Amino acid sequence: MLHPVPGSTGAAPPLLSLEDFTVAFAQGAGRTRVVHGIDLTLQRGEALGIVGESGCGKSVTWLAALRLLGKRAVTTGRVLLNGRDLSGFSERELADVRGGRIGLIFQDPTSCLNPILRIGTQIGEALRLHRGLTGKAAEREALRLLDRVGIADAPRRLRQHAHELSGGMNQRVMIAIALAGEPDVLVADEPTTALDATIQAQILDLIRDIRRDTGMGLVLISHDLGVIADLCDRVAVMYAGRVVETAATQDLLGSPRHPYTRGLLAALPSLEGPRVRLTPVGGTVPSPDAMPPGCAFAPRCAYAEAHCGNGIPVLQPAGTGHLSACRRLDALMGEWQRQAAREAGRHDPVVQDLDWPNRDRQRELSA
Amino acid sequence: MTVQEGVLTKRRRRPLPPLGFIISLGFLTVVIFGAVFANVLPIDPLAQNIVDSLKPPSGSHWFGTDELGRDIMARVIFGARTSLVTAAGAVIIAALIGVPIGLVAGYFGGWRDTVLMRFIDVLLALPNILLAMALIAVLGRSQTAALIAVGVAGVPSFARIARAQVLTLRQLDFVSAVRGFGCSSSYIMFRTILPNILSPLMVQVIVLSSVAILLEAALAFLGVGVPPPTPSWGEMLRTGKSYLYEAPYYAVLPGLVLTLTILSFDTIGKQMSRALDPRSGGGTPGELERAGP
Repeated sequence: MLHPVPGSTGAAPPLLSLEDFTVAFAQGAGRTRVVHGIDLTLQRGEALGIVGESGCGKSVTWLAALRLLGKRAVTTGRVLLNGRDLSGFSERELADVRGGRIGLIFQDPTSCLNPILRIGTQIGEALRLHRGLTGKAAEREALRLLDRVGIADAPRRLRQHAHELSGGMNQRVMIAIALAGEPDVLVADEPTTALDATIQAQILDLIRDIRRDTGMGLVLISHDLGVIADLCDRVAVMYAGRVVETAATQDLLGSPRHPYTRGLLAALPSLEGPRVRLTPVGGTVPSPDAMPPGCAFAPRCAYAEAHCGNGIPVLQPAGTGHLSACRRLDALMGEWQRQAAREAGRHDPVVQDLDWPNRDRQRELSA
Repeated sequence: MTVQEGVLTKRRRRPLPPLGFIISLGFLTVVIFGAVFANVLPIDPLAQNIVDSLKPPSGSHWFGTDELGRDIMARVIFGARTSLVTAAGAVIIAALIGVPIGLVAGYFGGWRDTVLMRFIDVLLALPNILLAMALIAVLGRSQTAALIAVGVAGVPSFARIARAQVLTLRQLDFVSAVRGFGCSSSYIMFRTILPNILSPLMVQVIVLSSVAILLEAALAFLGVGVPPPTPSWGEMLRTGKSYLYEAPYYAVLPGLVLTLTILSFDTIGKQMSRALDPRSGGGTPGELERAGP
């Protein structure tokens, strides 16, 4: 049943790939497109970060790919899991993929757990569904999973309800449920947004540990560059339903090649050096039914010129494994290089604070 | 979890429930006790003593005797059994049919919703008593027929309540999360959503019990309910009506018990729905704070 992916170079096919994937919502008589043709690949065991502002389509893309958005969401393009197109899957096959191949965790763990059922019951159901475990075997495995996600006093916790646990513990429980199906990849949609900073760091450490132990892939959806920097090998920056830049994390943070990414990085506070005013990205994300012509970022872009409104920019190479969708890419890259050279002696949050090899600073960012 | 547990533990820190609720609960306990232990009590609803017919209430016959000299109180106690069994059976039938209809209609929406809810509208448009009489005409006159007829009449209310609850719940995060874990639609409907809508359904069970008792009595009064000689409150009202001048207690006392039973169910139902106000269900933020990491 394995179909070869067109255009693959003979290497192992990516675990998961989106090809020209679009999502539109039925609205009144027409449709509003919110994701405009995304190409993304995730290799086995890779950690991919998806970053962007609220409403840029980062969550919708992945929920729609798993057909979790109901009938109102209309998708085109292909979602390939090990070379098989998910759009051809029956609801039953999809149910096996969800949780079994692709684990999901969400933003607000407390509201994602059933308030009536005990924690143990909820983990047990996932075990029964994906591993066929019941009774004592399921209970043993549930205990092991709770232990794995760092919950102390697991036997007691199994009998408790979500409201008796803290937000951080509930997120651990969610991760335990996601792990119950032994998925190949975990899609984490803003997993730490609802948690406070110290708990955030613990949850990120937990995800890192689990990945180290199991080799599980990760798609981390976040608006927090620090979180992404902490965990991901590669980052895709989304804006208004498109991927505008993608590169290895170090490369993207060290030398961003898209005005929007530069804007995001400039808006990060630095932990060291003199206090400087943060540089905001002015304006707001255009609404999906009122997209500007051409580059969607142009109205907010400091570097925009008249011709930026003339056509939608496509991703083009901007370094090794680095793609950027900007119509002025060539001109800007030269300009940014000269600027970097000029400012080499001065404090530059982009170049200095996000210095990848410096592990300490990288951790501080995420805290 | 029983109804009592859910309601009463929640109310621990609040003031005592109103007196009406306590009286209703007490009265119903007596009625249910009588119905359950009717066999054990030293009474016989069928023993005839024609010499003692139509005697007013006295020390030996607290509620008097009927036209065949049978003890009315004994018949009221056994009649409670008929009423409660019919009501319980009817409510179970109504819930077993109505709740799945509401769950499916609310969860899937679309054409299933349209078809199922139009069917429910049709049921609702027919007067209960007519529907029940038509069903009994088809099924023949028996306790089972009365039970099914009353049950079918109760289907719409369960379906509508379940559907309305599902519509709110299916938007919630934990329902989409469970879908994300790969659970099937039927699992989500019956294991995820259903336990969360049990409270309003329980209230409906109580409310519908009173409707079912009334409907059963009405059917018996019209002569299509549980066939004699099985004692039934409606049947007693029906015969008692003929002796309204000579022996007013014959119709009035069973009628009073019937009225009080229905009133008690209603009072309890009302109190329960107040106690199960959506705000009091599930965990409160306060409880969340208490659990440390």
